Amino acid sequence: MNKIKNRADLRKLQSEVQSKIRLREDVNHPGNVVQIKVSMSTCGIASGAKETMNFFTSELNHQGIDALVTQTGCMGYCYAEPTIELTIPGALPVVYGFVNRTKALEIIEKHIKLNEMVDGIIPVTYSTIEI
Amino acid sequence: MAEFNMHILVCGGIGCKASQSELIKTNFKSLLNEYGLADEIQVLLTGCFGICGKGPVVKILPDNTFYTQVTPEDVAEIVDEHIIKGRKVEHLLYKDPVTNEPVIDSNGTNVYKKQIRIALRNCGFINPEDIEEYIGRDGYSALGDCLTVKTPDEVIRIIKDSGLRGRGGGGFPTGLKWELTRKAVSDQKYVVCNADEGDPGAFMDRSVLEGDPHSVLESMAICGYCIGADKGLIYIRAEYPLAIERLKIAINQAREYGLLGDDILGTGFNFDVEIRYGAGAFVCGEETALIHSMEGKRGEPSVKPPFPAEKGYNGKPTNVNNVETFANIPVIINKGAKWFSSIGTAHSKGTKVFALAGNINNVGLIEVPMGITLREIIYDIGGGIKDGREFKAVQTGGPSGGCLTKSFLDTPIDYDNLLAAGSMMGSGGMIVLDDSNCMVAIARFYLEFTLDESCGKCTPCRIGNKRLHEILVKITEGEGKPEDLNRLRMLSNVIKDTSLCGLGQTSPNPVLSTLDNFHDEYLAHVTSSSCPAGQCKALVHYTIDNEKCTGCTLCFRNCTVGAISGEKRGPHYIDQTLCIKCGVCFEKCKFDAVLIG
Repeated sequence: MNKIKNRADLRKLQSEVQSKIRLREDVNHPGNVVQIKVSMSTCGIASGAKETMNFFTSELNHQGIDALVTQTGCMGYCYAEPTIELTIPGALPVVYGFVNRTKALEIIEKHIKLNEMVDGIIPVTYSTIEI
Repeated sequence: MAEFNMHILVCGGIGCKASQSELIKTNFKSLLNEYGLADEIQVLLTGCFGICGKGPVVKILPDNTFYTQVTPEDVAEIVDEHIIKGRKVEHLLYKDPVTNEPVIDSNGTNVYKKQIRIALRNCGFINPEDIEEYIGRDGYSALGDCLTVKTPDEVIRIIKDSGLRGRGGGGFPTGLKWELTRKAVSDQKYVVCNADEGDPGAFMDRSVLEGDPHSVLESMAICGYCIGADKGLIYIRAEYPLAIERLKIAINQAREYGLLGDDILGTGFNFDVEIRYGAGAFVCGEETALIHSMEGKRGEPSVKPPFPAEKGYNGKPTNVNNVETFANIPVIINKGAKWFSSIGTAHSKGTKVFALAGNINNVGLIEVPMGITLREIIYDIGGGIKDGREFKAVQTGGPSGGCLTKSFLDTPIDYDNLLAAGSMMGSGGMIVLDDSNCMVAIARFYLEFTLDESCGKCTPCRIGNKRLHEILVKITEGEGKPEDLNRLRMLSNVIKDTSLCGLGQTSPNPVLSTLDNFHDEYLAHVTSSSCPAGQCKALVHYTIDNEKCTGCTLCFRNCTVGAISGEKRGPHYIDQTLCIKCGVCFEKCKFDAVLIG
């Protein structure tokens, strides 16, 4: 990575990142993939988020499903850890709670492969400010 | 493969489950089956929507219809009208609490969302270990803005105008603090981030650092620019390994990208951040003790003035702010003081992050606008009290705070109202208590904590709290006298008035606040040797009601000390001399035959 030398560099990188994200989410773009964010803060990890994340990575890999599995911070639903956010290209993100191996497999088989939601969705209870 | 074109989301949160949401789901399913629609419409059980007071909740997609207080009997009407005929069932629609108008399409409106995420804007959204994701979310643009087009005084003006107050608990105006440190004249100044989060049950700062470390680094650099410091220090407790790891990654990435270090963004401004570890002493959250600890000295507070703004780390002017305070800064710079000050109450602007814990259904991390009521937090966000028990109090402000009772349920929460109510904002721990919690025992718990954490430097705190604790132990063990209550109050006031630092000055607060709000409970302990909540073991004894006992032997089989005897199918008895009051028999009995006295 080259150093960001001035404000214009920063803006350039910012718009690059943003357009990369937009492409990923654009349903018509060939590069779009299923995205899974696993809530990996102390509370999530203590409830098994690491195992959940590893399972998603290996199982999706094993099944040859192209997906982007990343970690993120606390979504706030500590009572329902491990929590994940699943985004199917062209659809709104969906949050699932209590995602253990069984639930993860169900999500892969039903939601990711057949685009059928499954039980255990957590409705988003907050609004985040527009950046 | 079924291609669903409609989804019926039935809330499966604990509150809604208690009001038959599972039956609602079954009813939907069987009715849709009857109509042959099971392949087109999917019925799902979801987590909590957060408006449990209006449960059970049913949301229909894709038209975003939000039905509240739905009964299993209402299902037929929803299917017939909404699903078949496409007409919304008006009397079940969620009503806007302000206008009382039914909300037809809940999409885009946040009517039922009481939370606004500002400090937590990136938590659970970006990958905290990837600086580019932060940059994609406008990260470091506030720093760029400040360094290139704003003077330090202009930035301080914005922070002052925003009305941001310290989120660590004290509520000191942040802009004013920056200005004081800016005015101090010195060859070297420091920016310190206080990440020594120590209140029992509080995890706001940890979550921010774990979920969005760059927002803190960016703000520290902005602060450095404003006060004239080129060095930042983060004081974090070693018990937060993940937060430390993510901070380290963030600092390295920021250096690599040239956003920390020398000549940031080609402006000639230098700023770098280092991490300092605390060993987890509560008193080190106090800024003077924190500074001493960072200097390698004992973590003891010292008398203010001089304030750190004049003489802090290594005797140089130092600006100390809490993690959450810093997390707010970039947004304030980007969106302006006016925007920020439009949220909140007259003297408390913006939002506050709370760690919701205790006997509440939705334990979690929440961020709410200042001025929200306790009732909204507990019943509209927290999902209500566990096991349908009755709300008793909320402990805020940790060991320095107090309890808020039922009568404060509708008080808007801000710095001043909480102080007036005998508690304090604190760093944001919120522990919910129900009728099974004994308030004397709660006060004793917090005193135990301060006793452990008192540094021992000043006498009132070191010895006073010890005596205070002894009296509380006596009371919870049934040996208290009525005059002990006055003694508690007198001693508490002396400790408050004469202690050196915030820890001692506030340590009697849990005692005073429970004495004020739950005087009857204290009285019951000292006059009739009874604990109304049934928590103080020494004052409780278990007996078995002969009439109700069926002789199932469940209590007998679960008693670990063999204190229960009795014939099968005949009444059982508890031998009080053997009973250790563990309460297992009470929990196990299916016939409510075990009584607490």
